[in-house]
Amino acid sequence: MNAETIARWQFGITTVYHFFFVPVTLALSIITAILQTLWVRSGDLKYLRLTKFYGKLFLINFAMGVVTGIVQEFQFGMNWSEYSRFVGDIFGAPLALEALLAFFLESTFIGMWIFGWDRLPKKVHLTSIWLAAIGTNLSAIFILAANAWMQNPVGAIYDAALNRAHMTDFGAVLLNPVSLVTFAHVITSAWMTVGGLMVAVSGWHLAKIGNAAKNPDAGAHRFATKFGAWVLLGAGLLVCITGDIQGKIMTEVQPMKMAAAEGLYTTEGGDGKCADFSILTIGSMDGKQAVTPIIKVPCMLSFLATGNFDGKVEGINDLTKAYESGTLITPTNELQKTSYATLKAKIAALKADPNSGWDWAPNIPTSYWTFRIMMGLGFLAMAIGAFTLWTLRKGGVPKDNGLWKTIFWTAPLAPLFGISFGWIFTEMGRQPWLVNGVLPTASGVSPGVSAAEVLITCIGYTLLYGVLAVVELGLFNKYVRLGLPAVTEPKVLTDADAPLTFAY
Amino acid sequence: MNLLATSPTALQIVWFILVCVLWIGYLVLEGFDYGVAMLIPFLGKTEKEKRVIVNTIGPVWDGNQVWLLTAGGATFAAFPGWYATLFSGLYLPLFLILVGLIIRGVSFEYRAKNPETKWRNTFDWMASIGSFIVALVFGVGFANFIIGLPVVTAPGNDSLYVLDGKPYFWQLFSPFALLGGIVLVVLFLFHGANYLALKTKGEVHDKARAFASKAGLVAIVGGAIYLLWFQLAYSAGLFGWVLLVLAALGLVASWWFGQQGRDGIAFIGTAAATAFVTVMIFVRMFPTMGFNSAKVKTALDVTVAASSESTLVLMTIAAVIFVPIVLGYTAWNYKVFSRRLGTVNMPDEKELTPA
Repeated sequence: MNAETIARWQFGITTVYHFFFVPVTLALSIITAILQTLWVRSGDLKYLRLTKFYGKLFLINFAMGVVTGIVQEFQFGMNWSEYSRFVGDIFGAPLALEALLAFFLESTFIGMWIFGWDRLPKKVHLTSIWLAAIGTNLSAIFILAANAWMQNPVGAIYDAALNRAHMTDFGAVLLNPVSLVTFAHVITSAWMTVGGLMVAVSGWHLAKIGNAAKNPDAGAHRFATKFGAWVLLGAGLLVCITGDIQGKIMTEVQPMKMAAAEGLYTTEGGDGKCADFSILTIGSMDGKQAVTPIIKVPCMLSFLATGNFDGKVEGINDLTKAYESGTLITPTNELQKTSYATLKAKIAALKADPNSGWDWAPNIPTSYWTFRIMMGLGFLAMAIGAFTLWTLRKGGVPKDNGLWKTIFWTAPLAPLFGISFGWIFTEMGRQPWLVNGVLPTASGVSPGVSAAEVLITCIGYTLLYGVLAVVELGLFNKYVRLGLPAVTEPKVLTDADAPLTFAY
Repeated sequence: MNLLATSPTALQIVWFILVCVLWIGYLVLEGFDYGVAMLIPFLGKTEKEKRVIVNTIGPVWDGNQVWLLTAGGATFAAFPGWYATLFSGLYLPLFLILVGLIIRGVSFEYRAKNPETKWRNTFDWMASIGSFIVALVFGVGFANFIIGLPVVTAPGNDSLYVLDGKPYFWQLFSPFALLGGIVLVVLFLFHGANYLALKTKGEVHDKARAFASKAGLVAIVGGAIYLLWFQLAYSAGLFGWVLLVLAALGLVASWWFGQQGRDGIAFIGTAAATAFVTVMIFVRMFPTMGFNSAKVKTALDVTVAASSESTLVLMTIAAVIFVPIVLGYTAWNYKVFSRRLGTVNMPDEKELTPA
């Protein structure tokens, strides 16, 4: 394996791992803030207990998100130095702004919130968790704008003298349609994950409590389970809507990704005909022989891609032919237009290198299956949300049995892994590009870094992350089982020698 | 023969200074929490003493770390050429830093989540060793920027610079660089002990004060050798001498006032010394950014590495608005947790058993 391949694996491993913690951080920060707000407004200690309980789970998860996030920011320069140099004029700004606007806010106010229970007046303390949650979600805006720019490089032109991209319009980078819809899709899917988590955690406790109505925890867990199930279902609907919009924008700016998602080699639809969407398929996806769809939804691909049931969806072979003959991927894109001459030279060099295996299309089976697994897991999670709500009606509780055990495990993990598959689809489907239509992935890798070095660090991260996963899951599990903590009304301490009500 | 393409623009100079400011924020602020974390296993004899130490940095360390992320992000945004060559060039040292940051970063949160002694000792050592690695490698790194990292252009790409010379990893550890690593560790130990003395009372305070008076002497002697070597061999010019004297005064004053029990001034002394040394290094690094371009036609410097003027304008506007806001709420955070902590303040811990 060459340095590029290992560097890609490294990015995949560290990013998918990092993103196990991100959805929980994004949504649980806000949900913790909501629970604390409910307590501050009502004075009901049930909500304070829930705040402390879910807040602790949030923090166990948050710590991992923070430390694995540092690797992300450094990795661009370490493994992808030509990419960093080529796009830094545009791509660096959202990263710097993310740190300056979001990370400072998030980190400082998380500290205030954790240690401030007996230092800050109630409402000021409540503000600290809200500011931390806002910081967390603000960071998503910036990093997704950076990612969306790789999918759809707007607001830039090519500077031939410096041989790099040059920012012309930062507003266009922030308001990139890919970025806006991706933000909505990511945030709503994060809420699904945390909704599923609440169903699992509080639902499990509720099942243990059973119908013992006098149990002091029953009310709080019933509230949280129901809340989680509604979030799971409601956010799930929004995920479908945002995903649908995303698919249509993707078809416009990355038609090859949509064709790969369906394994569609020949253009279909248009002129009164339509393209079908297959749910399962057998046969190899190398385009040399026809694949056999087992289940298909008529005309669905046309709708997913274009919004019309008879819309035309371009196939892999036709797109490849067009790109070979010089058609731009997004003909209106200024950066693609202005950098085309240099891109042609890069592709010619890659084609001349027998090891590079230049292909205008991404890996088709990966695109096809990740797309379907992502959607399948999402629908499964929504079904769990609906079933949980059905069970809870009229004072019902989940049973302490095998079926519910499976449901509790699936509720948070289905959306969480769905998100992983979604990102793998998004990023693998972007191939062979680092920057869509501008910079091939093979051209962006650090030339001064050897395959051995990338391999050493790749193994290092994987081992370290593996150990940390065991630690974090152990702690998470432990605190889930501990259940709702006993609480007393927090008071601002004035005696300098009194024990703190909260300390590490 | 180097052909200096053009002289730097005002914004390029502003951003070089701003990157320096971000590094000052990082080294001054997280410098003390590295020092404090390194000292957990050594100064904390009882569990409550260890908890006092951890709680002095608990509310602030994460925010302090963001200065590093912002310095990295700002370097990427303002000087992509610097970011690309430096981060890919110092590949394995950066990996060590990342490992250090990861193992210390989870420690403070996770140690508190289980009262078992073995569990806590493990995380205390992770915090200590992680902080040590990061300080050591950054010290070695900065010494190498002072020496100058030799660059060449990448094969087939004249716009991209890569470090010259392999295996470079061991070449980084020249005597001057190793001394740089040790001095930074000692400086942070001194700075951290001063912070700890400032933020604690009772036994922990006395131990921190006693440690600071020993570490201070080592820092003064080691720092003096390092900075004189720096000035004589690599020179940051006349201004470098001024900064050297100021840094030395900061260290000596810190030690002296620490002996008098003036914890606040002692802490300001090490903070100022850290800041002056950082400025001194950045003076030396202008405009080469710590690269040695003897082997290339066009030198890799602030003009070649910089982003376009429009990006720098955008970033400047963001910095002018948000840096003061960040400083404001950071200061407020320190004010909220300004009270000294002692073992009397540590609440007893309940057994963690399921309800």
